[in-house]
Amino acid sequence: MSYIRPQFRHPNLPKNSLGYTSKDYEGGLSTLCAGCGHDSISAAIVQACFEMSIEPHRLAKMSGIGCSSKTPAYFLGNSHGFNSVHGRMPSVATGANLANRDLIYFGVSGDGDTASIGMGQFVHAVRRNLNMVYIVMNNGCYGLTKGQDSATADEGSKSKAGSVNPFQAIDLASLAMELGATYVAQSFSGDKKQLTPLIKAAMHHQGFAFINVISPCVTFNNNVGSTKSYDYVREHVEATGTVDFVPMAEEIKASYTEGNKALVKMHDGSYLELHKLATDWNPQDRISASMALQQARAKGEILTGLLYVNTDYHELHETLGTTLTPLNELTEKDLCPGAEALSDINAGLR
Amino acid sequence: MSTINDFVVKFANVNGTGSASANLLFAKSIFRMGVPVSPKNIFPSNIQGLPTWYEVRVSEKGHLGRREGIDLMVCVNPQSMLEDVRSVKPGGYFMYDSTKQLHEEYIREDINYVGVPLMEMCNEHYTDPRLRQLFKNIIYVGACAALLNIEFSVLEELVSEQFAGKTKLIAPNIEALQLGDDYVKANYTFPLPFHMERRDLVKDAILMDGNSACGLGAVYAGATVCAWYPITPSTSVAEAFEMYAEQFRVDKETGRKNFAIVQAEDELAAIGMVIGANWNGARSFTATSGPGVSLMNEFLGLAYFAEVPTVLIDVQRTGPSTGMPTRTQQSDIQISAYASHGDTKHVLLFPSTPKECFDLTVDAFDLAEVLQTPIIMLTDLDLGMNDHMSAPFVWDDSKKYNRGKVLNAQQLDEIGRYGRYEDVDGDGITYRTIPATHPKKGAFVNRGTSRDEFAVYTENSDAYRRNMERLLVKWDTAKDMVPAPQFYQEKNQNEVGVIFFGTSTQSAEEAMEILKENGINMDAMRLLSFPFSKAVNDFIYAHQEVFVIEQNRDAQMRGLLTLELNIDPNKLIPVLNFDGMPITADLIVKRITQSVSLTKI
Repeated sequence: MSYIRPQFRHPNLPKNSLGYTSKDYEGGLSTLCAGCGHDSISAAIVQACFEMSIEPHRLAKMSGIGCSSKTPAYFLGNSHGFNSVHGRMPSVATGANLANRDLIYFGVSGDGDTASIGMGQFVHAVRRNLNMVYIVMNNGCYGLTKGQDSATADEGSKSKAGSVNPFQAIDLASLAMELGATYVAQSFSGDKKQLTPLIKAAMHHQGFAFINVISPCVTFNNNVGSTKSYDYVREHVEATGTVDFVPMAEEIKASYTEGNKALVKMHDGSYLELHKLATDWNPQDRISASMALQQARAKGEILTGLLYVNTDYHELHETLGTTLTPLNELTEKDLCPGAEALSDINAGLR
Repeated sequence: MSTINDFVVKFANVNGTGSASANLLFAKSIFRMGVPVSPKNIFPSNIQGLPTWYEVRVSEKGHLGRREGIDLMVCVNPQSMLEDVRSVKPGGYFMYDSTKQLHEEYIREDINYVGVPLMEMCNEHYTDPRLRQLFKNIIYVGACAALLNIEFSVLEELVSEQFAGKTKLIAPNIEALQLGDDYVKANYTFPLPFHMERRDLVKDAILMDGNSACGLGAVYAGATVCAWYPITPSTSVAEAFEMYAEQFRVDKETGRKNFAIVQAEDELAAIGMVIGANWNGARSFTATSGPGVSLMNEFLGLAYFAEVPTVLIDVQRTGPSTGMPTRTQQSDIQISAYASHGDTKHVLLFPSTPKECFDLTVDAFDLAEVLQTPIIMLTDLDLGMNDHMSAPFVWDDSKKYNRGKVLNAQQLDEIGRYGRYEDVDGDGITYRTIPATHPKKGAFVNRGTSRDEFAVYTENSDAYRRNMERLLVKWDTAKDMVPAPQFYQEKNQNEVGVIFFGTSTQSAEEAMEILKENGINMDAMRLLSFPFSKAVNDFIYAHQEVFVIEQNRDAQMRGLLTLELNIDPNKLIPVLNFDGMPITADLIVKRITQSVSLTKI
């Protein structure tokens, strides 16, 4: 297997406003299984960043351990990445974010990395409303150790070997909403059209943006009887509607809600344009959003799309009152009180 | 015959009754009279109700280690009275609350009793129950002043300074001090045969606890991110950092802070945040104690292998497990030196005074960035939570932080292909880049998995081995960068040597003086860091036998020396104290004398 991506590209590849082509947003060649849902998510990330003209070096990729956490090596090769330890990405991302509030922190995790070993750190990153995108590539199993059930495997779901999962599943989208995540979405790796705008809006969101993406494991969890197989998910997906992300550069004339269309103003002046299918659900009301999610679940459906968004809540730096200059740019002059202050301190200790 | 400026006073209180400020007032009055003083809190893992002690050693000679044998016991806690009576030296004094008659089981023929009716006096003078409690503590300080010849004006001055913001409280406190002082003067012969005389011995020294010095050091070192999880005895490091940062790092106009402090959900998250912040170019640290170090092992391995600067202050307490959370020990040496699975080694620093806590914290941040690895500072409860007399802090305004080998955008443009783990200079230290430095160059995936010189994941055995060997080259480079050991002689003169570090230092120095008087001469070396430099090795090889003084059961430093320097274990003789109390000179003298006389037979 070759690890070198072919360099050939069509000379007329479209360029974004920075003059970059989508190639500039690619990473190394994936070593995941052919057909893995995770690769589709990586492709959606590449497309979202390209279309939004993100400067690759202004984004930091954060991950833990597992198949999903390997993916930062396969997209955005000009961005720094941190492939940390199992379940601990949220704390590393927190520290990185504290050091420089100006970058986009793009976290990628899996269902094992988030719902089991990393549950403690995940809930606290949510609780602090850390300004980051947090994608769970959720396949209901431990792919790298050959297919054991994870904590998001549905009760009664059948594994490739034929055993039935006897435990209840942890529903990460419900949990994130319950904990106060300010942007909660759910999608399917097979639906790039839905996923891409969700990622774009998540990157613009000031606060914790959580996207749970069902991403079937083609090798260990794509069998009949599995509730995370391509076939099962396709049959049970129920979209809340479609989302378009409108960057702030484009002027929005209508700032009203009209029929099933809603505009949500983001912190930086950009807009989310929602075309709702479910009329009795209000994505800016946590109770309504939770209810919609629970009702879909009761019907055995997987509700996808943007579920909930709150653009008003303060993210961690605002809570802490840190300076607007990234902390990693401060120098001796800003940081060190100096000799005179120290002799005053000495005097107070005599 | 009277003894001047050489005695131990111990106060027995009930935890949570406000005795701490009265006790500090006592210790500080001695310091203000120009005499070296060493106070130690002996406190329970409890908020209210259990016995707590405050032991103050006064030493004209400047011996600041703990000394056994109480000259004056001030007991206001009936719970511990039997134990307290027993702890007084024969011929010593026992001060108690004589409002009620002392039960006969507390009477010893060989000590003297000083009854002061504290409760009665408080009830007479104060109506508020809380004031009765608080002023009882101040009254006994006043009584001690008369017994020990402490200048009353010094106490008045300290009280006035303490309550400068609440001047209303000055007069009643002075009145309470006066009550105690008057009572003793009216009823007893004073001063006691051991007492104070003013001297000019403390010069420009300061009195401070090590944890506050670490927190202050972190502010001066330019730390901007502090992530921590509360644990005794390290909590006050983060608290001190916050206090000084609030004082010096808040923009007066906007109120915005040039620092960020996060109380993490646990120690794992705390060190994770520190690693994330340092990776992203901010100086960041955490403070914890032994149980936290156990939890942080995984992340320390990551920081070692992925080469991310990390500063960890471990204020050691008595282990293993939860152990004795409020007692001291030097017992995290080996877990810190080799934290995490696989082949790992970490740089350790061993401060022994508040000034060194400050200086070595500053050094730790430079070393972490220069060496791109975790720096673990091993202080302990005794140093961290007790006030120590120390040389004052010094700062050179021309000092620049040493950020190590970090490439900027221009440098990236000038070089060819950038290799994060390429040993360009041959010292094992490679060049790092901070995220967002350059739009098209210098990015890499930082990882705990094996990779080649260009930070690309690999399972190639040669590439893995090259990397592990380079980390050893870096380790050798570190040996000459870490603080050098301190020698007590210009040239080795004896066959016997002694090694100590951290809070064993002051008792070790006192023990050496006593042993010298007894005709046992030794060369001495104080360790300040690990890895051990050649000088450490040379010192051991220059002596027939070497005592290693430390405060743990398993002679962990001796083990580290043996292993790392390939020394015959028989050459290193352990001198150990691990009961949770600070080591004393007496214990060291006893052990070394025994061993030396055995060898002579």
